Amino acid sequence: MSTVLYYILMIVIVLFTLTTIAAWLIWLERRVLALWQDRYGPNRAGPFGLLIVVADTIKLFFKEDWIPPFADKTIFVIAPAVIGATVLMSFVIIPYAPGILIADLNIGLLFFLAMSSLGVYSIVLGGWASNNKYSLLGALRGASQMISYEVFMGLSLMGVVMFSGSFRLTDIVLAQKGYWFIVTQPAGFVVFLIAGIAETHRLPFDIPEAESELVAGFHSEYSGMKFGMFFIGEYLGITLISAMVVTLFFGGWLGPAFLPPLLCFILKTFVFILFFILLRASLPRPRYDQLMEYGWKILLPVALLNLLITGAIVLMMNK
Amino acid sequence: MDSVFYIAAFVTVISTIMVITRHNPVHALLYLVISLLSLSMIFFLLGAPFAALLEIIIYAGAIMVLFIFVIMLLNLGKETAKQEKEWLKPKVWIGPAILSAILFAELFYLIAIAHAASYNLQTVNPKAVALSLFRPYLIGVELAAMLLMAGVVGAAHIGQHKKMVLHRFLKEEDDTL
Repeated sequence: MSTVLYYILMIVIVLFTLTTIAAWLIWLERRVLALWQDRYGPNRAGPFGLLIVVADTIKLFFKEDWIPPFADKTIFVIAPAVIGATVLMSFVIIPYAPGILIADLNIGLLFFLAMSSLGVYSIVLGGWASNNKYSLLGALRGASQMISYEVFMGLSLMGVVMFSGSFRLTDIVLAQKGYWFIVTQPAGFVVFLIAGIAETHRLPFDIPEAESELVAGFHSEYSGMKFGMFFIGEYLGITLISAMVVTLFFGGWLGPAFLPPLLCFILKTFVFILFFILLRASLPRPRYDQLMEYGWKILLPVALLNLLITGAIVLMMNK
Repeated sequence: MDSVFYIAAFVTVISTIMVITRHNPVHALLYLVISLLSLSMIFFLLGAPFAALLEIIIYAGAIMVLFIFVIMLLNLGKETAKQEKEWLKPKVWIGPAILSAILFAELFYLIAIAHAASYNLQTVNPKAVALSLFRPYLIGVELAAMLLMAGVVGAAHIGQHKKMVLHRFLKEEDDTL
């Protein structure tokens, strides 16, 4: 009984922490962006403008929750829930620190890939159900972008799996005791990071929602808390990809002895979250066909080559 | 464990029936996705987690998305739904339904008289799947790879098109020199 209680407690803690982090990431992003662009950013509500998130949430709750009469109502409502559910499900397999994890599946990495592939539905269904040309275009772009980048994402991780010999994330972290996998898998890391940005459709790859061409893309008809779900889903996605990068390539909770493992993990994750924000501040959006071409003509060969060479090295080491 | 299996099986059957009876193609495909998800749940329960997740990654996550992608582009509206409604009249499906109900009754009877089959579960980990794929079934993997290669070549051939140049200054032809 106590193990059941332990898991329930763990789930509640992780869920609460994640939603809080995702909400305050909005503040962090606006503040840090402002810092890099030489302005103040939100600074009125509360100390350092921290309460802007609360104000935003209240605003979203009190807005009219409008479902367009021409929309497919059921699917319109389901679509924002899909992204929240799939991203939160992915956090189940992440080992935060020894003993602080929810499920130690022996197929953990595949579970992450499966959940991220299901996340496509939120964009596709949201765009389709809105029954709006811009939304449909955004949904089409989102679907093709996410399906193609999923391929490289999976391929880039196989090098890590080969070295650690397991899909289980705790095994992968423990296999990095000597050196982090970034040392042996730099190409895999780069491909995974780029594919991760495309999967979360963050800037500069926010082509499904490109404001300057598609109004707001797949979520242009959404308002109120349904829009809020897409918004939070995006920030949860950033947190997820950062946490995965840390787990797979930067040794997870491993670090200097004076830091508690959990703190070490959180610090590393925040470095990558800040990197995501820096990308938004510094890079322009590529054109849609450029993105697809870049994926299939550069990332796919790089990922395959990486796989081939890693396989050969692992074979030689085992001999 | 048994009750979990029965719930997953129930969801699979119901969602598959819904796939057939929906008039709106996107709704039907969504039920198909749910059916695939619950099927993967059953795989998971029967001790094949690797197959379960591949079911989600490949079928639910990639192939179904492409299906929905195509249907989105076709822009099937109310007319198609009406047409579907006209096609799915009792007159059409009552015959096959009765015949398959008889078969189902027979199957039910056979299962009922057989002594309770005890399935001893054995979890197959990913390594075991890989070892069996690349040792005894290597020829199958290679044949599948060849088939996929043929598909890729065919798609590349169909998809190729001449680059369109819309501006005369951008044309790389000798007459501009």
